[in-house]
Amino acid sequence: MEYDNEMILEMSAKSRNESFARVVAASFAASLDPTVAEVADIKTAVSEAVTNAIIHGYGESPKNGTVTLKCGILQDTIYIEIIDFGKGISDIEEAMTPLYTSAPEDERSGMGFTIMETFMDSVEVLSQPSKGTVVRMSKKIGQRDI
Amino acid sequence: METSLKILGQTMIVVPIGDIDHHTSIALREKIDKEAVRENIKNILFDFSNVEFMDSSGIGLIIGRYKLMSANNGITAVCHISDSLRRIFDISGLKKIVHLYGNLDEAINQIQLR
Repeated sequence: MEYDNEMILEMSAKSRNESFARVVAASFAASLDPTVAEVADIKTAVSEAVTNAIIHGYGESPKNGTVTLKCGILQDTIYIEIIDFGKGISDIEEAMTPLYTSAPEDERSGMGFTIMETFMDSVEVLSQPSKGTVVRMSKKIGQRDI
Repeated sequence: METSLKILGQTMIVVPIGDIDHHTSIALREKIDKEAVRENIKNILFDFSNVEFMDSSGIGLIIGRYKLMSANNGITAVCHISDSLRRIFDISGLKKIVHLYGNLDEAINQIQLR
């Protein structure tokens, strides 16, 4: 897609980068003049996707893993991709089921994808076992008066 | 993340300062659980005055503490949640299991009346 503006960020798959990633995405979205609620939606969705990449993508071998955050703006919509080269998801439908988690012992709530789907207009997951996962999301800014 | 813990009888008041995500929730959970065992805590009250952001890691944290407290017939309560946190509470169903209060005094009074 030909965007009006775009950015790419590559970071280590470390949990401390979860806040960095969501703040970067929110800052990039600022040119669309989002409401406070829309900024919170974007931050939360990015946080969920990056956390998934770190915990599930690279869970057993986070050392050399990287997570890529791509954002693009076209007109009044922000498009966000979170990419990892980790272990992938064998059953995407199961992974996206509300309350499903592969890590209950870590008190994961299984709400990550549900939150992404609720807060964003679209969420698409592409994954291949042992290759990695791409989460694609988009959100049109300025739809609601909040 | 900075967090202050206050003990009031059998109730622990947890005041986290900053974002609650996967990274920060791990240390927060350890701190709460250690103190809860040592002080024989029955109820937990989270004061979210200083939390602007919480993702699903926070849901896991609160549900986990809810399970621990309810095992001893104690309660888990939350006060001072922002609008964006409220959406997380709505979507996750958290508001059905934790007691939500507007402010700290109200929360403490209600817990002590039990």
